[in-house]
Amino acid sequence: METIPLSYYLVLSGILFVCGVLGFLIKRNIITIFMSIELMLNGVNLSFVAFAAQWHSLSGQIFVFFVMVVAAAEAAVGLAIIIAVYRTRETLNVDQVNLLKL
Amino acid sequence: MTPPTLNPLLWLIPIFPLAGAAINGFFGRQSSKKAITTIALTFCGAAFVLAAWIALGFRSEAAPYSFPLAHWLRSGSFSVDFDFYLDQLSLVMMLVVTGVGFLIHIYSVGYMWDDDGYYRFMAYLNLFMFFMLTLVLAKNYLMMFIGWEGVGLASYLLIGFWFTKDSAASAGKKAFIVNRIGDFGFLIALFLLIQRYGTLDFPTLLAKIQPIAPETAGAGILTAIGLLLMVGACGKSAQIPLYVWLPDAMEGPTPVSALIHAATMVTAGVYMVARSHMIFERAPSALTVVAIIGTLTALFAATIGIAQTDIKKVLAYSTVSQLGYMFMACGVGAFSAGIFHLMTHAFFKGLLFLAAGSVIHGIGGEQDMRKMGGLRLYMPWTFSVMGIATLAIAGIPPLAGFWSKDEILAKAFESNPAYWLIGVITAFITSFYMFRLMYMTFGGEYRGAPAHDPHGHKHDSHGHGNGHGHGEPHESPWVMLGPLVVLAILSLFGGFVGIGNHFEHFLDPVFKAGQPALQEPVREAGGKALEYILMAISVSVAALGWLLAHLLYSSRPQLPGRIAERLGGLYKAVVNKYYVDELYAVLFVKPLIDGSTTVLWHGIDQGAIDATVNEAGDTARHVSDNLRHMQSGNLRSYAGWVAAGGAIVIAYMIWMGIR
Repeated sequence: METIPLSYYLVLSGILFVCGVLGFLIKRNIITIFMSIELMLNGVNLSFVAFAAQWHSLSGQIFVFFVMVVAAAEAAVGLAIIIAVYRTRETLNVDQVNLLKL
Repeated sequence: MTPPTLNPLLWLIPIFPLAGAAINGFFGRQSSKKAITTIALTFCGAAFVLAAWIALGFRSEAAPYSFPLAHWLRSGSFSVDFDFYLDQLSLVMMLVVTGVGFLIHIYSVGYMWDDDGYYRFMAYLNLFMFFMLTLVLAKNYLMMFIGWEGVGLASYLLIGFWFTKDSAASAGKKAFIVNRIGDFGFLIALFLLIQRYGTLDFPTLLAKIQPIAPETAGAGILTAIGLLLMVGACGKSAQIPLYVWLPDAMEGPTPVSALIHAATMVTAGVYMVARSHMIFERAPSALTVVAIIGTLTALFAATIGIAQTDIKKVLAYSTVSQLGYMFMACGVGAFSAGIFHLMTHAFFKGLLFLAAGSVIHGIGGEQDMRKMGGLRLYMPWTFSVMGIATLAIAGIPPLAGFWSKDEILAKAFESNPAYWLIGVITAFITSFYMFRLMYMTFGGEYRGAPAHDPHGHKHDSHGHGNGHGHGEPHESPWVMLGPLVVLAILSLFGGFVGIGNHFEHFLDPVFKAGQPALQEPVREAGGKALEYILMAISVSVAALGWLLAHLLYSSRPQLPGRIAERLGGLYKAVVNKYYVDELYAVLFVKPLIDGSTTVLWHGIDQGAIDATVNEAGDTARHVSDNLRHMQSGNLRSYAGWVAAGGAIVIAYMIWMGIR
């Protein structure tokens, strides 16, 4: 069976990560920004598992589990915050949610 | 070395005036004048009484006494201690300083009573006494240097005592700065001593230098040290070329001129040279320089004194000239003659200044002799004591000045008749200008304005706050006349200690100790006849000077003007003090100011240092002006910077990895 070379995975992982970064920087909607963060995390996850498969090592896969757990917790907390913000401010535009800015 | 009979309280002698200065300086402003007077006189008097008491217990066989007080510096094998030292030389100096100083303290009470700064004046005077006594009682050069600098400070404070007057303030600065030049030489000499001999103690130094014969290899450095010490002495004792500060120092109150700028401080240089006799004896060329400087100064200053019209200026130049005599004596190796003249000079010059102060006081602050005259009728006591002092300084026997001056001239003749000749000419000029001063001040008719306003104190305005007009010149109060009379008695009889070389033998243990064997008393035989001839010559030139002064200023008062006219340029040069001040201004002061302005100020300070600092500041501001746009406050722009930074790092790593 012909295997897919490692570099393919890494390039895809890089593309995913860069998409996440760009989305984080460009988008104004909090939900979209949030999704961009998830995209970055998963881009990283992909390279972890790709390396793990390449080198037949488990530690990369264990890392991925940890990242997933953290991402899930983050999603829970983050979405709760977003809902709270929307209830008070009635907007999801980050440029208008700038009370913490000096 | 320290016998049990010795009085261990010597260290109190300088401390007493210091305590007086501290009390008056700190609390004098609130105290009454009576309290200030009591404190100042008590502490100064206590020092005098203690000094006299110690002098009574002084045994020549047991000298020198040493009074270690405390350790000061320890550095390897080199050490300097707080250590007082009493031998015949410092005993004489101690008695002169405390005695004359105490008399002048008393006089100052009368003279300065109405001045607003009375407490300040008394505190400074006491402070001066402390430093002067430290200077003469020191056992090593470094302690002497403390006193040396301290008297300079006191002198500065007292010259500029009326500091609201511009001329007084700048005279003080001038004295201080000119003295710095001398102190610089002194300090270098001390460094050389430390480097060469590792000690500054007088006795240790004597022991170390003793084996060195003059004119050997080891004496070369001694010549350098001697010359540098002489630079220091020139500054403090107002010798050519550093004498210019002393005439200006007359801006200070007259008691200050008497105490500091005639009797004691200016003689510190002579004392220092005498104290360093072991160095000078092994450095004949340095000694020759001392003699030449002294001789030239004596003549030079005396000629300037002829044409001065300010009574204190005449006395100032006379002081410079007499100090020249003392250096001449030291320079021909007759240190004890120099110290003898120092002592008698302290008596009669102190008296002259105090009497001049009494005159100035009596006619309301006038110092110009052309506006005096006829004062013998108004102030007979001042007239008679000043007459005694004038006879003494002119060298009329049997007054004090005759003995000491004659001894110096005799010693100078033994060494080199050229010194003697100039000395005799100077003696003639001295006699002439002193009697000129007497005739102008006391002879003839009173030339001052008979009744002028009570505030017409032009020069020495000691402030007659009681507002009595100065219609008539008046005699001074007894608190001022008392010291004058005592000093007059000393001027009359003070010279008798020199009869039969008594004084010289007393000082012999100091100066003969460690004298190189080479030096033998020249012409001991056949000396008597020669001595009398020399004596007769010096007395006759003194009388001649008197006669000339009498002729010019008493019998034919119109003559001096005509002579001055005839001499023209020469007279003008003398009146203007040979333009030395102007010469120094062109040679040193102006280049210094110009150099400081263009090079140091505009060039280095503004051009280099300020420019660097300002440029650095400007650069930082410009860079940060641009960089601050990075910090927009927009969170996502920060994230963008982070991402960009990360991208740069990764790009760099890839780039390096590929290579």
